[in-house]
Amino acid sequence: MSDDLDDLKAAFSVATPAPDAKRRVENVALAQENFARLQGSPAEARPMKDAPSMGVFAKGIRAMFDAISSKAGLTATTALAAFGLVMVLPVLREGPPKVFTPQPAVLIEAPVLEELIATEPEADMAVGAIASEMAPSPVPAPRMSAKSQSRTRVAPGAGLIADAPVVAVEADTEAFASVPKNTLKVTRETPVSTFSVDVDTASYSIVRSSLMNGQLPPAAAVRIEEMVNYFPYDYAAPSEGAFATSLAMMTTPWNESTQLLRIALQGKMPEVEARPPLNLVFLIDTSGSMNQPDKLPLLKQSLRLMLGQLRAEDQVAIVAYAGSAGQVLEPTAARERDTILGALDNLAAGGGTNGQAGLQQAYALAKQMQDEGEVSRVLLATDGDFNVGLSNPEALKDYIADKRDSGMFLSVLGFGHGNLDDVTMQALAQNGNGQASYIDSLPEAQKVLVDQLTGAFFPIASDVKVQVEFNPATVAEYRLIGYETRALAREDFNNDKVDAGDIGAGHQVTALYEVTLVGNETQVDALRYGESSADGSTDELGFLKLRFKEPGAQDSQLIKRAIPTTLEPDTELEFAAAVSGFGELLRGSVRLGNWSYKEAITAASNARGEDSFGYRAEAIQLMRLAASLK
Amino acid sequence: MIVMRMKTGDKELALAAKDGDADAFTLLLERSYDRLFGLCFRLMGSHAEAEDLCQDICAALPAKLSQFEGGSAFSTWLYRVVVNAAHDRRRRASTRAKAAQGWGDWEVNRTEAMREQAEAQDWLTRAVGTLSDDLRDTVALVMDDMNHREVGEVLGVSEGTVSWRMSEVKKHLKALKESEQ
Repeated sequence: MSDDLDDLKAAFSVATPAPDAKRRVENVALAQENFARLQGSPAEARPMKDAPSMGVFAKGIRAMFDAISSKAGLTATTALAAFGLVMVLPVLREGPPKVFTPQPAVLIEAPVLEELIATEPEADMAVGAIASEMAPSPVPAPRMSAKSQSRTRVAPGAGLIADAPVVAVEADTEAFASVPKNTLKVTRETPVSTFSVDVDTASYSIVRSSLMNGQLPPAAAVRIEEMVNYFPYDYAAPSEGAFATSLAMMTTPWNESTQLLRIALQGKMPEVEARPPLNLVFLIDTSGSMNQPDKLPLLKQSLRLMLGQLRAEDQVAIVAYAGSAGQVLEPTAARERDTILGALDNLAAGGGTNGQAGLQQAYALAKQMQDEGEVSRVLLATDGDFNVGLSNPEALKDYIADKRDSGMFLSVLGFGHGNLDDVTMQALAQNGNGQASYIDSLPEAQKVLVDQLTGAFFPIASDVKVQVEFNPATVAEYRLIGYETRALAREDFNNDKVDAGDIGAGHQVTALYEVTLVGNETQVDALRYGESSADGSTDELGFLKLRFKEPGAQDSQLIKRAIPTTLEPDTELEFAAAVSGFGELLRGSVRLGNWSYKEAITAASNARGEDSFGYRAEAIQLMRLAASLK
Repeated sequence: MIVMRMKTGDKELALAAKDGDADAFTLLLERSYDRLFGLCFRLMGSHAEAEDLCQDICAALPAKLSQFEGGSAFSTWLYRVVVNAAHDRRRRASTRAKAAQGWGDWEVNRTEAMREQAEAQDWLTRAVGTLSDDLRDTVALVMDDMNHREVGEVLGVSEGTVSWRMSEVKKHLKALKESEQ
């Protein structure tokens, strides 16, 4: 070889990264599984079962890291990135084996692989235990170590991780939508607060799942408004119109000099009997990573539950995607339960992911099923390993938004724990006008798919925006709790082209403001040369405006209401306040002073109310868990 | 028993696996994985792409194995699978630009992470990123200590073609070096 080639070789050996140890183990497991399936024998339990079920196949996110991170993207892809999708279509599934025809037998033996391993220069680059074992050693040794490595992989523990920064990467394959926490606003400077409603509840489920696993959730996973909105509240139903507002105020539990103001919307509950027929297309991720008890099997059970809630004339179709996408169940009337359940049972996980083909096929099916006046939904069920093959996030958003405008909405059901791509789920569902829900247990499936079936699929108002103008004569400072990812510009409120969240039948939206009334100690000093006094009534805290569109309408309607100073507390607000404080604690907020989990537990316990489904009791359990994990 | 097979050759393991021997399959894959990954990286130019390619191959390998006849060395056969998978991946990764971009991203990340090595790697990126796919595949395999005949076998071209391609690569590298001086 020439010097130039030697240079090239040296450069390659320096540049070649070590394979990610965890993915190595998972990939081998995947291959074993496919191997077992091919033999027609029942797949054995995966050897990784008792290891933390971290993400493995988070391709989208990995690719994303490489595309956007400016630093250390290759050597240690540990950064949490907060947006984006890069799509790479998987291979091999449908590729005809054009070159796989066996070569004639005249070929002479090439060196067997293990010898090559022994002389492999890049093994020096490997990290941790694998490296030290796989590195230069006589021929038989690598075989030995290959095996011992496979034996110890059940516990990918400290030794590996300590030496191998790359191993730790998987912990970060959950990407969370996170923006800076809402900060305090001085009414005199910024009297108007505008946001889009949010009925997602995924964050609460992520928090719960994390705590149940004995870990505090990453702060970025905690979205307080989604935690608060997880719980049903006892708000009065609207007597007329699409929704009623419910206002209340109490002294902030963690700060005596401020008040918590609740602004809640209660959507009307149309008669379930009168609902139009529903067309559901389940787009189900059957890639290899779904083959865990809390993924595909749970999904099957969940859909089974939901099926019981559908009416005879509703239609169901199923598209599965893995290496390739395919229709598993043609549009079938819900009354044919056996057919649908049979198709569900036949789903098996294996292979890579081809989200784009699946998405397109699902939309095509939904279109085919849609008749005048019917509601069509695509329900994407995935563990977040979603490689949408469109070339960039904007194109994806446009694609889904385009379908949304033709009446086909997209909801996302997240399963499993570890490589859940929260950012993508949020982006997909928000652009598809659907909901993002995270399903970690059968009871959660019950809540999302059964109890809320009607609300989730029948929007009663779209592009719902809330704008509050605070009165500087009564409110000195205010802070919207949560809704960071939902903030809108003031001028967007009246712009009907700006998309916002939807409210389904019976949905509730709760927003909390922490307000400092005039006369109380403020966090920001008043300006010496500011306006001397505020005009305006002193019996109003502010003015509430709601904008929404009737489903399918282009133009918005406006609801206006003054917020009086005479608001009273109620149990619902007290519970919401406790949950909100819980979220702040999980986020490590500095605003809470001495208020701790202990106070949160007391407050939530005192405000349990009727709690007929036990949601609040569960929240109190989680607070206890968090307190002990702190 | 796996323990008994420590000295069994890859080809024998592959043939046993083809006949349904799960232990042989596992042992074979464990042996081959790191090397497989190295080749994936050289073909794709980014860590993430390499991991994904590796996953695809692992998923499909059991089925592919039925086509292994033992006429060539297992490594040769396996590399053919990898190269074809890489081709598919590149082709389907929307555009060819994607593959080149992988090298670009890789470079950006790498320089940030390890500045002191920036110069050498910049050279690698330029050296490899500008090669055509054919030449890049050839280089990736030659860098694996395969001889030209074996590389030709994997790529389905003659030994002479491989040698010619490598001389093209050398010309390319030489030109690159001269342009830098």
